Amino acid sequence: MIVERANKLRDMAPLLSVNNLEVVFPLRSGAVSAIRDVSFELAKGERLGIVGESGAGKSVTAFAILNLLSKPGYLAGGSVRFAGNNLATLNEESLRRIRGNQISMIFQDPMMTLNPVLTIGAQMSESLRAHRAISRRQARRIALEKLQAVQIPSAETRLAQYPHELSGGMRQRVVIAIALLSDPQIIIADEPTTALDVTIQAEILQLLLRLCNDFAVGLILITHDLGVVSAVTQRILVMYAGRIVERGRTEEVIRRPLHPYTQGLLAALPEQTLPGQRLQQIPGSMPSLQEIPAGCSFHPRCQYAQAICSQASPELSAKGARAAACHFPLNPAR
Amino acid sequence: MQPTDPRTLLTLRDLHKEFDISGGLLNQLSFARGKLRRNRATVKAINGVSLDIVPGEALCLVGESGCGKTTVGRTIMGLLSPTRGTVHYQHRRIDHLRRAARLPYRKKMQMIFQNPYASLNPRKSVAKTLLEPAEFHFPEISAAARRQKVAEVMQAVGVEAAWGTRFPHEFSGGQRQRISIARALMVDPEFIVADEPVSALDVSIQAQVLNLLKQAAEERGLTYLFITHDLSVVEHFGTRVAVMYLGRICELGTCREVFSSPRHPYTRALLSAIPKVGRGSSRHSVHHKPNLKLKGEVPTPIHLPSGCVFHARCAHATDICTARIPPLQTTASGVQVACHAVAQQRI
Ligand SMILES: Nc1ncnc2c1ncn2[C@@H]1O[C@H](COP(=O)(O)OP(=O)(O)OP(=O)(O)O)[C@@H](O)[C@H]1O
Ligand SMILES: Nc1ncnc2c1ncn2[C@@H]1O[C@H](COP(=O)(O)OP(=O)(O)OP(=O)(O)O)[C@@H](O)[C@H]1O
Ligand code: SF4
Ligand SMILES: [Mg+2]
Ligand SMILES: [Mg+2]
Repeated sequence: MIVERANKLRDMAPLLSVNNLEVVFPLRSGAVSAIRDVSFELAKGERLGIVGESGAGKSVTAFAILNLLSKPGYLAGGSVRFAGNNLATLNEESLRRIRGNQISMIFQDPMMTLNPVLTIGAQMSESLRAHRAISRRQARRIALEKLQAVQIPSAETRLAQYPHELSGGMRQRVVIAIALLSDPQIIIADEPTTALDVTIQAEILQLLLRLCNDFAVGLILITHDLGVVSAVTQRILVMYAGRIVERGRTEEVIRRPLHPYTQGLLAALPEQTLPGQRLQQIPGSMPSLQEIPAGCSFHPRCQYAQAICSQASPELSAKGARAAACHFPLNPAR
Repeated sequence: MQPTDPRTLLTLRDLHKEFDISGGLLNQLSFARGKLRRNRATVKAINGVSLDIVPGEALCLVGESGCGKTTVGRTIMGLLSPTRGTVHYQHRRIDHLRRAARLPYRKKMQMIFQNPYASLNPRKSVAKTLLEPAEFHFPEISAAARRQKVAEVMQAVGVEAAWGTRFPHEFSGGQRQRISIARALMVDPEFIVADEPVSALDVSIQAQVLNLLKQAAEERGLTYLFITHDLSVVEHFGTRVAVMYLGRICELGTCREVFSSPRHPYTRALLSAIPKVGRGSSRHSVHHKPNLKLKGEVPTPIHLPSGCVFHARCAHATDICTARIPPLQTTASGVQVACHAVAQQRI
């Protein structure tokens, strides 16, 4: 009985739990925090989206989870719980065993994964054999299978080619194939389909969906494409200037955004404007990390801002599935 | 062959580009049935592309990943030399020019590269990256005027002045993309090949950058070959659109015509696959599927199909489609389509 309950509890415990992450970059002009107070959980098989403008801190969040920040950047606070470990304090050796194995990352820049002087086949087999004792033949077979899964035509020939001989979208798909090699429990995908046309994008998204449904893989999908998040994810986090400003079920966030920033993002979609007309933009631009305004960091761009918005920073409630960090949320639940 | 329109800025005629991928001599040799054989393999990236681009237009080039879009762009810029065919700029042939003779065109023609990570020099600060082309191409203007110009361009693409002292790796993906757009605009070019220039940008900055590029076209007659896979961007930004498939153009026409009544079966499949943000109830689907799914193997430019390159995946293919290459033909609406079924008025 007790064992059963413990099992059940373990199944319900989140796969990944990120708490109050803060990342600091010491720049020549002084230290800046690129993300602050970032907290969220990911359950088994869950598909979570992170959206937000360029520079909002999406990639930095992903790097921070895997403790992969480029020097001199560092984790200034918070924890990342995964499989009984805190990745924020784990030693490099153990981290390496988790990265690319239990947690796979699809980087925004394909060349973070790809080695320009190795053929695609060589790097795939190297990556497989680093974590598993298998023969070259087996490695080649698995590599081929994954390349076909991501719709790479002439996969056999491509194994013998170098990254620079592939088109932009092929390179991106090879990186996805490499991320799938180890049958990970969590996939963090940072803009995985930006270079892909809609037909191949649809196939890749289907593939990710299947992995989540069939093998309970947890997916963190980082993208600026609201069409993609709405097609794939169950929950969304909206980031602005290094903070999470809204969270909730995907459908609700898109149908009834609470935060004026989310509303602005949705209004700027090209499909909201007639062809040929000027696209709507959120006035102004995201503040640089050195000059984040006091109060709500969105207030200089916000059409609903009142006096309090420039004085007090609105908090994102820690509890509840649906929340927004705003003094005057739109469409509040009745 | 001369372009029909005398205003034509850029003309491509029967452009072909093949890449040899057989590797070293040892990799090419194989031993079968007691005979030593030498196998050569080529990627047929472009297979006969002809295009006329007129001043002030934004011609969008769309098509599946790997269909040859970037290769067309790089060939126009002289970064690759065509295997066959020609490139003319303002009625002068430029594809065979040597480096020195090419120089004047480096200011007139600029390219925004697909990968903003690889195209910026990691050892140069942003200010240096932007100042250098100005110093090279405008030696006559004062240093202060050049700095002023850098500041203006930075502001226009949403690159903050404070970023000047930082290096490429210190920026997010979208920030880097804006820096490379700024670099292309620095020298006041006449023509820009923009290879997926907004794909890493979120919608609000995408809107800002597209509006800016559009404004430059209206005010200065800047002309674009705009490579993208994002069809909603094409619909907004493009004047004409060329749909490519396996290194050939299968449909070419004004954006309005092509989007409202696509003719080529591939164009139809492409347009039906656009994921939309589901605000209206029917469009929201977690299990997004393209309506018109393409059947069959993803084809490859290594073994180019005979006849129409699309035939293996086409629902309307007949015998003629596997036998003969369909030429681009002008239809009643003025759109050019390369399809036997359309020519025979079957679809
Ligand atoms: N190594 C670094 N040094 C200094 N600042 C950095 C560094 N890496 C990122 N930043 C800054 O941190 C902020 C967040 O960057 P991040 O890459 O997370 O953005 P993003 O949300 O992924 O944006 P995009 O959609 O453009 O990729 C940006 O302002 C960026 O300039
Ligand atoms: N240097 C090269 N050596 C060998 N093959 C190459 C080279 N450059 C491109 N190719 C091949 O040419 C074909 C067309 O590539 P290209 O980069 O033009 O595609 P694309 O349409 O831009 O695709 P994407 O949308 O994925 O960027 C691909 O099969 C690619 O592998
Ligand atoms: S807190 Fe105020 S300024 Fe910030 S988004 Fe809400 S209304 Fe706008
Ligand atoms: Mg990023
Ligand atoms: Mg390309």
